[in-house]
Amino acid sequence: MAQVFIPSQLTAYTDGATRVEAMGATVGEVLDDLDRRFPGLKFRVIDEQDRVRKHMRLFIGQDETRSVGAPLSESGELLIFGALSGG
Amino acid sequence: MTAIQLLVGTRKGAWIFRSDAARQAWAVQGPIHLGQIVSHLVLDPRDGKTLLMAAATGHLGPTIFRSTDGGETWAEAGRPPAFPKSSDPRARAVDHTFWLQPGHADEPGVWWAGTSPPGLFESRDGGVTWESVAGFNDNAKYHDWCPPEAGTPDGALLNQIVVDPRDLAHMYIATSTAGVFESHDRGASWAPLNRNVEASFLPDPYPEYGQDAHFIALAPTNPDRLWQQNHCGVYRLDRPDERWERIGKAIPPEVGDIGFTITPHPRNADTAWVFPMDGTDVWPRVSPGGRPAVYRTRDAGKSWERQDSGFPAEQGWFTVKRQAFCADQGEPVGLYLGTTGGEIWASCAEGEGWRQIAAHLPEIYSVTAAPV
Repeated sequence: MAQVFIPSQLTAYTDGATRVEAMGATVGEVLDDLDRRFPGLKFRVIDEQDRVRKHMRLFIGQDETRSVGAPLSESGELLIFGALSGG
Repeated sequence: MTAIQLLVGTRKGAWIFRSDAARQAWAVQGPIHLGQIVSHLVLDPRDGKTLLMAAATGHLGPTIFRSTDGGETWAEAGRPPAFPKSSDPRARAVDHTFWLQPGHADEPGVWWAGTSPPGLFESRDGGVTWESVAGFNDNAKYHDWCPPEAGTPDGALLNQIVVDPRDLAHMYIATSTAGVFESHDRGASWAPLNRNVEASFLPDPYPEYGQDAHFIALAPTNPDRLWQQNHCGVYRLDRPDERWERIGKAIPPEVGDIGFTITPHPRNADTAWVFPMDGTDVWPRVSPGGRPAVYRTRDAGKSWERQDSGFPAEQGWFTVKRQAFCADQGEPVGLYLGTTGGEIWASCAEGEGWRQIAAHLPEIYSVTAAPV
């Protein structure tokens, strides 16, 4: 079970939760599981071509990834952040 | 007279202003979805209750919010507009939905959406799920019509969709990269419709396509008449003719006929209003000379009259974007415009007696009027 950090921009989908658990061995699988439970969340992070949106950042533990195919590490931690995106 | 509501989309959320029957007192509801970039907020005239909102944020991808209770509660579209999945590394992804268009009166539940990058999408379930319209999005000429490097500062746009009220298969769209297109088969195929429309920024200033059509609108009581506020001027087209006529040259040259938007009269096909902006030099895109005014034609563009009563007489540097100027159905007609400075101005007398009815809003992207 992956531990996922949810940024403030997405807590409207998770009833305010900033830490949730999700199933999946890759970034994409975890986001798919999140989207089943919190409909609409994935598309606001990942576009229709499976690219991470420009102003979103994903980290597997300490390591940034921009691939939905990236496997989660043993820690099973996925961190989602809103990057700087202007005023 | 009946009360109306103004649906206001801004760079930081949406607001709804509702008037009394005299259109004098206004009650405000909002902010709605504070922080979302709201490009368009539209009421379905066919059921009088469904609101659709085109939204995104600086971080998050685009979506459509839907309300059926006057904006009190909102649900997100199950499948927002999105291009088909592709293995091409340059494959398109919707950045934002720019325009929402209720479908023909005979097709309740059908909506159309225009996006950036330019894309046409259709919903058949009241805006819950959306499908890519292959006739435009996968057209063999798409990349000629919509080159990836072209576009406005906010991206290239498919910025208007017009459905002929007499024939649901007859449609027009406007784009910022290729001008106006027409379809006779409900979007399955499209042909450019830009004859005699200038594109002063191209080597061939009168190309088959390549124009920047800022706004198009049908005359409601004469759907054979199309009005266009183009990047390069104001035009009118009377079908079946295919040659647009530049009607903005009759506006005084010190004002010019550059602008973002044009609003037709709901009942008089010879009458329309524009809001000119400064398109000289480095294109300030503000009211020429700092003196805001609308210009009205009542003879299909042969002549124009300045209407500025109530606006600042000087130091009024308004910019009014494509979706932010509209008319109601009242008698006399009410006009409403929203500025990028967060002000809403109203005239209850067909362009005379402007007054500010709201201020201090975020940058306004869209204003639409609807019955309460």
